[in-house]
Amino acid sequence: MSENILEVKNLKAYYDILKGQVKAVDDITFTLKKGEILGLAGESGCGKSTLASTFISRKKPLKYISGEVDLVGHQIMEMSEKEFKKLRLRTISLIPQYALDAFSPTKKIKTYIADLARQHGVKTDKKFFDKVKERLDLVNLDESVLNRYSIELSGGMKQRVIMVISTILDPEFLIADEITSALDVSSQRFVATMLANLRDLEIIGSAMFITHDLSILYQIADRIMIMYAGNFAEIGPTDEIVENPRHPYTRALIDSLPKVGIQYKDKRLSGIEGTPPHLLNIGEGCRFRHRCPYSIEKCEETPPREKVAEGHFVSCWRWKELGSDLSGKK
Amino acid sequence: MEKNNEIVMSVQGLSKVFKSGILNPEYTVAAKDISFDIEKGKIISLIGESGSGKTTVGKLILKLIKLSEGEIIYKGKNISEIEDKEETKEYYRRVQGIFQDPFATFNPLYRVDRVFDMIFDSFELGFEDKDQAIRDALYDVNLNPDRTLGKFPHQLSGGQLQRLLIARALLMDVDVLIADELISMLDASTRIGVLNLLVESCKKHGMAVIFITHDLNLGYYISDKSLIMYKGRLVERGDTKKIYENATHPYTQMLFEAVPEIGERWDPDEEFLPEQVVKDVKEFYQENEGKGFVEIEEDHSVLFSDK
Repeated sequence: MSENILEVKNLKAYYDILKGQVKAVDDITFTLKKGEILGLAGESGCGKSTLASTFISRKKPLKYISGEVDLVGHQIMEMSEKEFKKLRLRTISLIPQYALDAFSPTKKIKTYIADLARQHGVKTDKKFFDKVKERLDLVNLDESVLNRYSIELSGGMKQRVIMVISTILDPEFLIADEITSALDVSSQRFVATMLANLRDLEIIGSAMFITHDLSILYQIADRIMIMYAGNFAEIGPTDEIVENPRHPYTRALIDSLPKVGIQYKDKRLSGIEGTPPHLLNIGEGCRFRHRCPYSIEKCEETPPREKVAEGHFVSCWRWKELGSDLSGKK
Repeated sequence: MEKNNEIVMSVQGLSKVFKSGILNPEYTVAAKDISFDIEKGKIISLIGESGSGKTTVGKLILKLIKLSEGEIIYKGKNISEIEDKEETKEYYRRVQGIFQDPFATFNPLYRVDRVFDMIFDSFELGFEDKDQAIRDALYDVNLNPDRTLGKFPHQLSGGQLQRLLIARALLMDVDVLIADELISMLDASTRIGVLNLLVESCKKHGMAVIFITHDLNLGYYISDKSLIMYKGRLVERGDTKKIYENATHPYTQMLFEAVPEIGERWDPDEEFLPEQVVKDVKEFYQENEGKGFVEIEEDHSVLFSDK
């Protein structure tokens, strides 16, 4: 289990635009072990999806700046597009956000899958479709969906078809970007559990599950990484993050989640005041400092990544003195 | 505040059937036999999956589409009978909606102030100083008028735009506000702020809110009453706490099992299939055939059979 599938070191990727650089992924470091599901959470615009695009395809204006990404022995940041193409779907695969809206309405699901397989140089013979059918069965879909058009399927069904397609070549590393956000709660549970099942069946090696919904990550992720405004905030085992959050942002995120059993009349939840900073030409300092109730002068400097416990890291100047029980006292 | 249980609107036996096609028309029952009362200053959450008909109910109340059967009584008057221009205008003023995508609500070519100008142009709101009234309303929703007025929609965040719309509703002194997935597009951190604000404004101004959502936790957090919809039918209705503690309809039970929550993990051994509920509901209806919609305890009713 100790074998690392992915090692990311000080990765920086910026959007190069006329006005300057938007620092959407700024100094991110983490590793992903084999057989692990890493949850990646944060607000919209915090760089979650940019991080995924940095791995898969860097289209202008997104530009790789520095840092290393080691994916099962490949230095993917230094690879040419042509070389990298061979890895796609086999070694690394992405389920992009809104993938379920990306089906062509004029193509049958079967054609869709066949086209995709051919693109990647896979023969679409009977053997291939037997595998497809087997996988469809796994996600509880009847093989008749192959002959249907995407508009005939519900959102949850489409998302399941997408999971089958993206994992058909048994990728070692799967990035699932907001795969549950557009679904109903019942489909959400099914799709999320499915991701864990695919890992258990060793169809996929490891996965990175990107979402803004911490409560889903709590269900299936082994570890959780929190990003804020392009920066790393905290990473650690799921239970550690939920029970002993060290970063004030993580704590605030958890506190803002409504739970069954808490009513407005009994207890008022608090959100986080303000909005995230604009990442264009952003300077030094903890990026959360303007919204953080605990910020001090020191926070004008960028906090280093420090070790809290085994596998638990945080970037905050005051994590030691504040402890994990932030009760609102300054 | 006035009497607690003053009913502003009463929905009785509401049904809506959509017809599509001309030669071989297909009929879709989007809502069937839905009844509930809306009390002043109370929040009702309307919970259901996509396609359950919750938005249809919202649209019917907003008088955006015509109902097929049943009636909606607003201040003692059936709204389908409101035809007089003045009266219609008054209805549209008092019953308002805020929708899911704030960026789609605002015209991107105009400054956000336009939503306020428009209501002042259309209605006699009775404020002496228009600008002051707008500023007050913005402060009411925790927005700084100097930083919001004069901006274009893309310069503000989704949360800020939704707050603007709540301010607009407050200015018009709305009786019933339909909040259709008001916060689904907002981030977890800003979501709660908008929700809290909605509850405060509702309690302060005696506005009734129908909070349409698919998120059980949020529904529970803010509402006094809950309505659960499944396939166009109202399957459970009543006091929010009672429904959550004693969920009886198989669909409601399934929702509770599926909702992800921190501190409580899904049972990994249990095989969970979204399709299963269709069968469960069918069996449930068969077992209880003929019972219909029954009140099982005070302020808590359940649909036991669909016939």
